[in-house]
Amino acid sequence: MNTEFGENRGTYGPGEVPPEYEQSAVAEEFTTTRQRLVEGVLGDRMALFGAVVILLFILTAAFAPYIAPYGEEQTFGFMKEPLSSSQGDFDDDGELEQAFHPLGTDSFGHDILTRLIYGAQVSLLVALATLAVAFTFGTAIGILAGYHGGWVDSLLMRYVDFQWAFPELILGVAIIALSGGLGVVNVVIAIGIAYIDDFARLIRGEVLSIREEEYIMAAQTVGMSDVRIMTKEILPNAVAPLIVQATLMLPLAILAEAGLSFLGLGVRPTTPTWGLLLSDGRQFISEAWWISVMPGLAIMLTVLAFNMFGDGLRDAFDIDEGEVEAR
Amino acid sequence: MRRYVLKRVAHAVFIMWLVATTVFFGLRAIPGGPVSAMLGQESTPEAAQALRQQLGLNDPWYVQYSDWMVDLATFDFGQSLTTSQPVAELVMQAAPRTASIGAVAVVVGLGVAVPAGIVSATRKRESVDYLATVAAFLGLSMPAFFVGILLALVFGVWLDLLPVFGYTPLAEGVAPWLESILLPGVAVGLPYGAVVMRMMRSSLLEVLDEPYMKTALAKGVGSRVRLYKHALQNALIPVVTVAGIQLALVLVGSVTVELVFGIQGLGRLLVDSMLDRNYPVTQVVILLVSAVLVFTNLAVDLAYTAIDPRIRYGGESA
Repeated sequence: MNTEFGENRGTYGPGEVPPEYEQSAVAEEFTTTRQRLVEGVLGDRMALFGAVVILLFILTAAFAPYIAPYGEEQTFGFMKEPLSSSQGDFDDDGELEQAFHPLGTDSFGHDILTRLIYGAQVSLLVALATLAVAFTFGTAIGILAGYHGGWVDSLLMRYVDFQWAFPELILGVAIIALSGGLGVVNVVIAIGIAYIDDFARLIRGEVLSIREEEYIMAAQTVGMSDVRIMTKEILPNAVAPLIVQATLMLPLAILAEAGLSFLGLGVRPTTPTWGLLLSDGRQFISEAWWISVMPGLAIMLTVLAFNMFGDGLRDAFDIDEGEVEAR
Repeated sequence: MRRYVLKRVAHAVFIMWLVATTVFFGLRAIPGGPVSAMLGQESTPEAAQALRQQLGLNDPWYVQYSDWMVDLATFDFGQSLTTSQPVAELVMQAAPRTASIGAVAVVVGLGVAVPAGIVSATRKRESVDYLATVAAFLGLSMPAFFVGILLALVFGVWLDLLPVFGYTPLAEGVAPWLESILLPGVAVGLPYGAVVMRMMRSSLLEVLDEPYMKTALAKGVGSRVRLYKHALQNALIPVVTVAGIQLALVLVGSVTVELVFGIQGLGRLLVDSMLDRNYPVTQVVILLVSAVLVFTNLAVDLAYTAIDPRIRYGGESA
């Protein structure tokens, strides 16, 4: 075979391969998906940063009552600057104490750091619940449409196209108005529904190519039910883009929740959320800038982390940028 | 080509009809209609009945629906339920404000994003590229209203350079108008620009990798011509799509940013009317917003043919 390499004739004996072709003879070492992901994330400085911040965010949310320096509703001096302290009797023992506020206090006298830590809980909760709604319905619609084709596909995808024409926040505002009330559940439903279309479009595209695979035909031949094929055969094979889409949707959900709260259409006014805190501080921007800026920075840092992690994950899974939609 | 355009326009009109119908039924499905909202605490069954009669809410749904369609076709949008002002007047007042913010946002967004994307792609892995990438990430991660608050704080409160509240119509001079919408425009334009910049960068990088770029190099085509004539023309196609679709981002950003800067634009009108259950206003604003989005998408699709002569629709010659 190597005799075809004119120049190398004689240099390399029978069975020998010229050096420039040696590389290709070595099979790439097998790496599991998990190895590939871990290496991809660790090797990408931005993704690593994202992963660390996300971990901190989740821990903060999970252990909020233990981390927060003060109680959720405890009040101190109004509009204290960052790094200042207020003096007073805060634990009812008849003595004066110093209460240190690393990020200042808001217009009600709440410690901003405490409110932000509790706000992380709401943000994480809303983001995950929203994801669950969008994922469940979007994936169901996408799989049904892609697997059955025909009129089911036309009908479901017409709906998805229709929804796709609307910006998520506008849709969210409309659904909040329709459901007629504030509250975490309504926010989750509104944002969740607004992101169904992204999942549906993505999964349908995946299903269209998976449907033609031989193992699907095999499954059909042995008489597996459609539901079983969809959940046991198709879904696991479409999981990579779904994970990436989910990672990129979480920050959008956090932004949407903040946006709705900012408009006064989100959770109830006393709930500590970043969007609401930011919105409360808006009117005091000239006297106490930190009330708005601190929660804004919290939103920014979290969303940034999810975006960077999601990008790294997308590269590690080697998914085309056009396939999953960021924003 | 003409048949294609006609087909697309017909499709756009169909979508608009669908939106109008959905909005009509959706808003009427809300529990607690405008009547209870308008009468408030003093609502009695008789008063509510009289008001429903007056507003035409007692008619069967098909009468209301056909009235609504006729009104739409004749551009008669009715009156606001809360202030009795004609809806058309309210919308005409608000629309120029949102349009001004949107225009500044698009100009700023595209003006910065496209060159930044080109520089970033041609100098991949240089410090300029890292700077632009990080800036785009930050832009993606900040909600427009937070950018707005930061800008208001820095340029309005600390530097005292620009007004941070209210809107000055264009009729009162170009400079005051621009001053009043510059900050909101930039706030809305930053996230928009970030999306466009990322698309520009990745699209151009992909094209620069194509074999025909090597061919051009081998032929001895100069680097400028190679970049602007060979690469950019192809790389711009997905950018145009994204820039068009993401105009939605500008509209959404405008809703929240208008609140920051106290500008009574379409966003404020929409949110306020929804909270007041002010059907006539909500309907028209949603229709207007979706019309803008639907027809922007149409324009983007049609613009492809101009940018990319290879695209011929439906097998017909243009």
